[in-house]
Amino acid sequence: MPPKTGLLATGGTAPRAGHLGEALPTEQKLELYYWMRLTRTLEERLVALYRQTKVVGGLFRSLGQEADSVGSCYALEQRDVMSPLIRNMGAMLVKGATPVEILKQYMARGDSPTRGRELNIHFGDLGEAGKTRGFLGQISPLGDMVPVMAGVTLTFKMRGEDRVGLVYVGDGATSTGAFHEGINFAAVQQLPLVVIIENNGYAYSTPTSKQSAVKQFVDKAIGYGITGERCDGNDVLAVYDCTKRAVSRARAGEGTQLLEFMTFRRKGHAEHDNQSYVPDGEIERWAAENDPIDRFVRVLRDREHVPQSTLDEIDARIHAEIDAATDVAEASPLPQPHDALIGVYADPPAEKPLWYREGADVSSLGKERAEGWGTWDASKGGKS
Amino acid sequence: MAEITYLEAIREALDEEMARDEHVFMLGEDIGAFGGAFKVTDGLMAKYGEARVIDSPISEIAIVGAAAGAAHMGMRPVVEMQFIDFIANAYDMLTNYVATARYRAFLPTPMVVRGPSGGYVRGGPFHSQNPEAGFIHTPGLKVVYPATAEDAKGLMKAAIRDDDCVLFFEHKYLYRRIKGVMPAGDHVVPIGKARLAREGKDLSIITYAAAMHKSLEAADRLSKEDGIEVEVLDLRTLAPLDDEAIFATVRKTNRVLIVHEDTRTGGIAGELTARINESCFAHLDAPVLRVTAHDIPLPYAPALEDFVLPQVDDIVLAVRRLVSW
Repeated sequence: MPPKTGLLATGGTAPRAGHLGEALPTEQKLELYYWMRLTRTLEERLVALYRQTKVVGGLFRSLGQEADSVGSCYALEQRDVMSPLIRNMGAMLVKGATPVEILKQYMARGDSPTRGRELNIHFGDLGEAGKTRGFLGQISPLGDMVPVMAGVTLTFKMRGEDRVGLVYVGDGATSTGAFHEGINFAAVQQLPLVVIIENNGYAYSTPTSKQSAVKQFVDKAIGYGITGERCDGNDVLAVYDCTKRAVSRARAGEGTQLLEFMTFRRKGHAEHDNQSYVPDGEIERWAAENDPIDRFVRVLRDREHVPQSTLDEIDARIHAEIDAATDVAEASPLPQPHDALIGVYADPPAEKPLWYREGADVSSLGKERAEGWGTWDASKGGKS
Repeated sequence: MAEITYLEAIREALDEEMARDEHVFMLGEDIGAFGGAFKVTDGLMAKYGEARVIDSPISEIAIVGAAAGAAHMGMRPVVEMQFIDFIANAYDMLTNYVATARYRAFLPTPMVVRGPSGGYVRGGPFHSQNPEAGFIHTPGLKVVYPATAEDAKGLMKAAIRDDDCVLFFEHKYLYRRIKGVMPAGDHVVPIGKARLAREGKDLSIITYAAAMHKSLEAADRLSKEDGIEVEVLDLRTLAPLDDEAIFATVRKTNRVLIVHEDTRTGGIAGELTARINESCFAHLDAPVLRVTAHDIPLPYAPALEDFVLPQVDDIVLAVRRLVSW
């Protein structure tokens, strides 16, 4: 069964004193709106390109989860490092990934961030603060990025750098050994790492009730001896507030933090998945009652008094940006086949093609005759 | 210069590299204050501090994953698997994450995963394994497995300086049985180069690690008892293989025996045989033969372990069979 929505569905946390999300100036709240809307519109563009077969692999949506990606990553500083999961395109955009990079990735272009080696949003830009955007590309085996981000944040601790790491996992990844080992290692080493569990109800087709016997995933924090907090993942300001405080604790030397965001995956695992396993009406109910963008638009209009025209202008800007990015991506080159051989190792810098791909003269192969040929002694019968 | 053991040679390499490069640090189970299950890292925490010799929880996935993350950020981690058998726990992290990092994401991942390997020590099924073949099959990893103290030191220094992930197999049977005099100065043995351990004209044994010593013993016996002069090629590096040295010895002697302690099916002997077949077929006077372990989990009792693992007598028998083919 999907998570009980209850209070979460009806409007999220009430405004309260010291709420860091509520305290953001209107200008920054409009930035949050921009990133959420950009995420959704870019994914809609990707769906169109997928249906035109221009996206050559699978397509992964974060429909209905934009608030938790955007609100949490917005709580980081530029020097911090974030590692996304497949539904965190919004977090990547906030951290500096561009629509044209994402489009080229999905369309397997030769000048995409991974030059056609990896799919979708599996790419990063990691290294020194100020020189890189600070996000680390995920791999498909779930939970693996938790230990790796423990290592990234270990270097922050070793070097005395004022940087924090943030890593996303889903409800499903909490069942992996990598998640457990990584978060335990980080906790023992008191590393400045924030681990976010996006609880969207399903891991592919498996509901959370078959993933874990815990009542709430945040309870796992107790087992690791770290601080945990849970919040409404579809309330972008609550997500920001919750993450900002966790990031501040990690930065202040209070060690590893665990957050659980309650949300709901309104699309299938990937575009091909028809979600036959979701109870009737559940997706529609979340769309009608608990869409993170709709909810935030109400906040912007009712509490911040933002006119509709301002939001319309942002939407139009986003469409123009995505149109321009799509044109660039579609015009970008495909990879050259031989580029597949480059860069498995630093040394050697490239692998050799196999002989049947070299255009070799087949007739000359295998006909050399060594001096030693013919020393076989038939009188011995070929056996000792 | 005094002789030091294979184990001391590894420690000397770790010590020298930690002194040379502040980015080098160690991570593993019981490696700090205790100095490691075999004492390979003994004294390093006292010398370099807890920040650079880190005792970890029993978490091979986290050890390897954290090393990868630190390596991306410019560090050069050297991590210990307490016994190399436990590297299986980190198989996903090594093959899916580490091995692909440079290719798929242009992420530098200079790190060394080292650990005591191999049998002949009555260690039973989980303290005796030779899991190298599983990693040789994975593009993106380098694999070394030294047989001598000199190579153990020189290859460890090369592994730490390598810009990719190197799996460093240390043979625990050799730890305190083999000694060598270290060459003076900064002794680095290049990865990817085999070593001619014994010259001969009648047959080539291609081997590595503890089996290299069994092969040399067999070669001496064959020289004395049969007048057969066996050439012994110590591979030292298993990925990438030194094709040039392998093909040179095959073309010289025209007969090949491959000896390894790893199990037979899917062991590196199969790959070597295929390469020799593809490139040196016309130079062979006999089929390539193998002496390997049986395809059996390694048992504990001496009578059982000795039966399963390759012994000097097996090598002598196989050479005699090959030269009279």
